[in-house]
Amino acid sequence: MSELVTVGQAFQQGLREEMTRDETVFVLGTDLFIRGGHFAQVKGIGPEFGPERVIDAPISEAAMVAAGVGAAMNGMRPLIDLNFIDFAFGAMDEIANQAAKARYLWGKPVPLVIRASSGIALYAAQHNNSLEAWFMHTPGLVVVMPSNARDTKGILKSALRGDDPVVFFMHKRLTGARGEVGGPDELVPIGKAAVVREGRSATLVSGGIVVGKVMRAAEALARDGIEVEVIDLRTIFPLDTETIEASVRKTGRLIVVTEEPPYASVASEIAASLQESVFEYLDAPVARLTAAHAPIPHAPNLMEALIPQVEDVVRTVRRSLERWPSSE
Amino acid sequence: MNENGTVATAREVPLELDLEGVPPDALGEWLETMLVIREFEESLEALTASGKIPGSVHQASGQEAVAVGVTRALAPGDIVSSPHRPHHHALAKGMTADVVMAELWGRAAGCAGGRGGTMHLNDFSLGYFGSNGIVGASLGIAMGAALAAKLRRSGQVCVGFFGEGGANTGRTWEAVNLATTQNLPLIAFCENNQYAVETYIGRAFAGPSIAERASGFGLPAVQIDGQDVCAVYRATVSACARARAGGGPTFIEAITYRYHGHNTGEVAEYRTEAEVERWRVSCDPIDGLRRALERAGRLDADAYGGLVAHAREVVAAAIAFAESSPLPDPATAALGVMSLPYDAKGPT
Repeated sequence: MSELVTVGQAFQQGLREEMTRDETVFVLGTDLFIRGGHFAQVKGIGPEFGPERVIDAPISEAAMVAAGVGAAMNGMRPLIDLNFIDFAFGAMDEIANQAAKARYLWGKPVPLVIRASSGIALYAAQHNNSLEAWFMHTPGLVVVMPSNARDTKGILKSALRGDDPVVFFMHKRLTGARGEVGGPDELVPIGKAAVVREGRSATLVSGGIVVGKVMRAAEALARDGIEVEVIDLRTIFPLDTETIEASVRKTGRLIVVTEEPPYASVASEIAASLQESVFEYLDAPVARLTAAHAPIPHAPNLMEALIPQVEDVVRTVRRSLERWPSSE
Repeated sequence: MNENGTVATAREVPLELDLEGVPPDALGEWLETMLVIREFEESLEALTASGKIPGSVHQASGQEAVAVGVTRALAPGDIVSSPHRPHHHALAKGMTADVVMAELWGRAAGCAGGRGGTMHLNDFSLGYFGSNGIVGASLGIAMGAALAAKLRRSGQVCVGFFGEGGANTGRTWEAVNLATTQNLPLIAFCENNQYAVETYIGRAFAGPSIAERASGFGLPAVQIDGQDVCAVYRATVSACARARAGGGPTFIEAITYRYHGHNTGEVAEYRTEAEVERWRVSCDPIDGLRRALERAGRLDADAYGGLVAHAREVVAAAIAFAESSPLPDPATAALGVMSLPYDAKGPT
């Protein structure tokens, strides 16, 4: 068993290994060289690789992402670190209209990773936007959201070795979560979800930090003899519908759990896609368990009231089983 | 500067080019290319009106000296990006009239296979890093390419063209600031044709000049006559030398003028025909170069007539090429979005 490292350290490891392996990989963002970023995500890498590989930019998100797009078109593999995903609003044209469109319009690959900390945590409404669905909705972008240290490192490697622009979501509250990681050449493929718990009663799909909540709900349900299957999306787009479909064919029931606002969300997309593809296998309507359609407030109790908790997941599974019992 | 705060009006006396510092044997080719650009642009009004080119396009007649003066100062591997008025840059950077015209027509033989149109031209093999449909975006692409040039020590200089309208976007100055702080081999080239769609610069710009505004960012910034191909060339040569020597970016503002509307088919109520005529008569970049060559004994009426005839042949051939090129295959419309596979869904 390898040493347990935090998700933040796993990211550092993956980045360090890829920067060593490929000299076209560099990092650009704010407060990276000394501070290592707001989440210490690149701590120590600046002094190790020097100021041409870890570049501190002015606080100009549009310029940072533009620098990444242009550099990617001219032979480099940039990782642009936005610190918080909310700061992507200041670079939305560069992400959605430049990086995402270049291959389609020009056949020009843009091997660019845009990393940002995301998910619901402290600091209220403007630092807690869920932009997964915004980017999923934009043709040309890959969207990843690892839930643990191993996937963080392995998906980062796939992203830095790939040819597509990747928006890399890292949940703020997972930064310190510990786990094992793979070695220098252990890649976790993009576009493949993972079945992280097997069961026959229902399929629970989630990603990022929510996977942990769903796993705790699964343990609680198991104590009552309800065995649910848990799928960790890992990649939001391209969405791995095959893995979800295979599970739903077995369980007859799908519940999608996310922290985003409900309308036009990742959860909505999965619900719509799956009811089209596996309708005849479903014993119950697909359920979405999401945050409320509201900005995120400062007071922790208000914040927690808006997002799904373990007991909400348990209740949603029980309600589905009670109201629509399995046909067999 | 006139009472409205514009940076330049038409000259009282015709443009006189100073041939100092330009390669004399190259000037014939410069004139030839400027004539091809003019002929190309002049052909587009009828082609859009008839619907052969879908939609409208942005013509650059009157701005030929900027494109030729800049690109002739560059080395082959250097990089250029353009905003939404790009045909003169693309043609001057070496793209053929055939592939640009076919792209405007939305044809398979176009430089983007008909996917891009006027605002998404490209030829990366020529260092032409695309025209861009979003005001302010083109400079950012060139700035990023310049960052790669610095990191790779490739020796490339990158030119990001934008208009005076682009000089009012925040991202333009974000890019200039990042380029300056990182000492990038970038030329931020503001092609100031004085109208952002219909908004006269005097109504949207309060400072003394765009170059003056740029100088506040701590990089060398000059304002030049964009109708004088030799002045454009000399300014670009100087900026390239600085960039290649590790001296960082340069800001160039070239005062120029477009003879046509923002787009083909435009009904202009924001400027007078008399104003356009003054620029055509006293500031035309092609006339200026032609007179300078005649004075220098390097061109006569016959030779000029030959160049004009050549330009007409090139553009007529480009139109024939576009017309004969097949439409792109609808079965390919959703292909090539990403390298990773995914289900595009769509009509079935």
